[in-house]
Amino acid sequence: MSSHVLSLLVEDKPGLLTRVAGLFARRGFNIESLAVGRTEIEGLSRITILVDVEDLPLEQVTKQLNKLINVIKIVELDPSQSVQREHLLVKVRADNTTRSQVLEAVTLFRARVVDVGIDAVVIEVTGDSGKTQALLRVLEPYGIKEIAQSGLVAIGRGSKSITERVYKN
Amino acid sequence: MTADSAVPSPSPSPAAPVPSGAGAEPEILTGSGAIIRSLELLGVTDVFGLPGGAVIPLYDELMTQDAIRHILVRHEQGAGHAAEGYASASGRVGVAIATSGPGATNLVTAIADAYMDSVPIVCITGQVFSTLMGTDAFQEADIVGITMPITKHSFLVKRPEDIPAAIASAHLIASTGRPGPVLVDITKDAQQNKAPFIWPPKLDLPGYRPITKAHGKQVQAAAQLLAESRKPVLYVGGGVIRARASEELLAFAELTGTPVVTTLMARGAFPDSHEQHLGMPGMHGTVSAVLALQEADLIIALGARFDDRVTGKVSEFAPNATIVHVDVDPAEISKIRTADVPIVGDAKDVIADLTVAYATAVKTTTPDISVWWTYLAGLREEFPLGYSEPTDGLLAPQYVIKRIGELTGPEGVYAAGVGQHQMWAAQYIKYERPNSWLNSGGAGTMGYSVPAAMGAKVAEPDRVVWSIDGDGCFQMTNQELATCTINDIPIKVAIINNSSLGMVRQWQTLFYDGRHSFTDLNTGHGSAMVPDFVKLAEAYGALGIRVTSADQVDDAIKLALATNDRPVVIDFIVSRDAMVWPMVPQGVSNSYVQYAKDHAPTWGEE
Repeated sequence: MSSHVLSLLVEDKPGLLTRVAGLFARRGFNIESLAVGRTEIEGLSRITILVDVEDLPLEQVTKQLNKLINVIKIVELDPSQSVQREHLLVKVRADNTTRSQVLEAVTLFRARVVDVGIDAVVIEVTGDSGKTQALLRVLEPYGIKEIAQSGLVAIGRGSKSITERVYKN
Repeated sequence: MTADSAVPSPSPSPAAPVPSGAGAEPEILTGSGAIIRSLELLGVTDVFGLPGGAVIPLYDELMTQDAIRHILVRHEQGAGHAAEGYASASGRVGVAIATSGPGATNLVTAIADAYMDSVPIVCITGQVFSTLMGTDAFQEADIVGITMPITKHSFLVKRPEDIPAAIASAHLIASTGRPGPVLVDITKDAQQNKAPFIWPPKLDLPGYRPITKAHGKQVQAAAQLLAESRKPVLYVGGGVIRARASEELLAFAELTGTPVVTTLMARGAFPDSHEQHLGMPGMHGTVSAVLALQEADLIIALGARFDDRVTGKVSEFAPNATIVHVDVDPAEISKIRTADVPIVGDAKDVIADLTVAYATAVKTTTPDISVWWTYLAGLREEFPLGYSEPTDGLLAPQYVIKRIGELTGPEGVYAAGVGQHQMWAAQYIKYERPNSWLNSGGAGTMGYSVPAAMGAKVAEPDRVVWSIDGDGCFQMTNQELATCTINDIPIKVAIINNSSLGMVRQWQTLFYDGRHSFTDLNTGHGSAMVPDFVKLAEAYGALGIRVTSADQVDDAIKLALATNDRPVVIDFIVSRDAMVWPMVPQGVSNSYVQYAKDHAPTWGEE
């Protein structure tokens, strides 16, 4: 298996997410992460899907996704030709004896502390999944109490845009 | 690309009053009125349905108009299959209407069937009030969610002003590109509330861009391959019928001299009487058609999808063949078998283009397929379709079906159920024109036949329409005989009554040591005959005839053909031991096709 990042430009219609997710489920593919958000064009949303699948079934699922009436465009984003980020919020046990060490890790990873309590801090970090996973490994010995992680979002490098040729006229 | 430039627009009939234009105030209609007016303006003249709480507003307005004929079915599944039969026999979009909840879920089988066989139907379902949705209201079901995997698209409409665009979009999506079922679920309040009726509506389908015109280079490459091939075959699928491409296919086949096989879905796409036609390939195909595909060096697939019932074991299918795959649906290309030359486009256009390109290609190439033809013609002669008389002295089902075809002729329409009788009807009736053969190919829906025949008869009232059904299938949807009698839809039903679920029984005989587990239906010879199909026919106001011997067959068929004031049901009591041959057992290579039980043809390896 290999990971692929698909970026879908879709109409913002009720049930759209079910249609997309259903296609993956029917083919037996597991979606590793999924992020949905608005785009610069009103009525259009962008879905970023991280999926672990071989090339051939991926081609089939991409073609099937293309058949969905509300899907306007699909591109696969190559890691080297795109910026890929995920966002992580993690609550770590940190009292007087460990707080300085935790904060050091935060600095090293260019993460940020967004909330401090008596015995815990909430840390925010943005990066590719390698970076977020590395931070989690470093924090693990202090005691991770809770994690909330966004799906991967990605955008192509350079000046070209996914919406460019879709709504030109 | 905008929706307007990318998508063909619905063509409202010019004679109809179109409330549009500057200054003219649009007419105010209820949502129900908008549904009916939209259908009318789209050219819909017949709908099949059954009312219920959530569509009473729609039915209330249906009653007061005469542009659209509504046929009241006895079960919503019947409405769905009738819409399919209507569409398959005529090429026009079929329409079915059902209420919310169970009414809608009763349509599900027909929708799945239409999805598998690419049948253009629009299903309109009532939904509970929008304010009640999601509360487990009486007769509430999330039919849009339920049918998501089996519709080409679906709409949920909660406002009357959205109805014209939803209906027009559904009609357009169902009938263009690769056809398929589209569901429009409309809440009861949307049906009751009023809104200005604006036509034509603005269709907002930026993501719908069916490709119809193929890539010229690929077409040339395909034509060149054909000109150079020594063992080519045209593998014709149902897409050729849906694309109305039979004429183009005939011209192409005759110009190139290529052998033709027509799949179960494509029977009639190419005349059976044509000397280049080798018949149907697949699990129960002719030996010559099966081996033509298996041993070809070039397969040109036209609107066919390499179904497992055609390919047998995929990894061993046509090992030496280069594949040209023509399909309007890009997702079919290389789904099962990798295409060497993929061509995405409408079969009608592509075949015409291929014909032109071939004429150019042969200027520099000399095709020679005479050795191939000698071989295939030999197979055809040595292994013609045939059957042996049953040893129990009962009627041979193949003979019955053959005679129905011969006495009715190619202008008739034949709708089969699913099972042995379906295969015999595909084999022993000679089809000369597209849309004359209707069946449930992909889904294999028992119960398809009677309502589909009913729909076909409504669409093509001047044609003789046969339902060729099994005793098992018939018991699933025969309630529509009431619909036929009451609405003057005189279909003819031939029950091929072998008193069992025959195809399952055949597999039990062949592959399960003859252990006939729960396949005895007790409807035929030597059984309790429950139900008595002749009495049942009479109870429904149809003419019921029982046939038990060969000498009664022709008279019964002729009587049925002469009876047009009511439906006819002929109960043909046939031998239950008859089997469908030839057969490629499931999961093996097509090379192991058996002509009859334990009788495989010998054929030359390269």
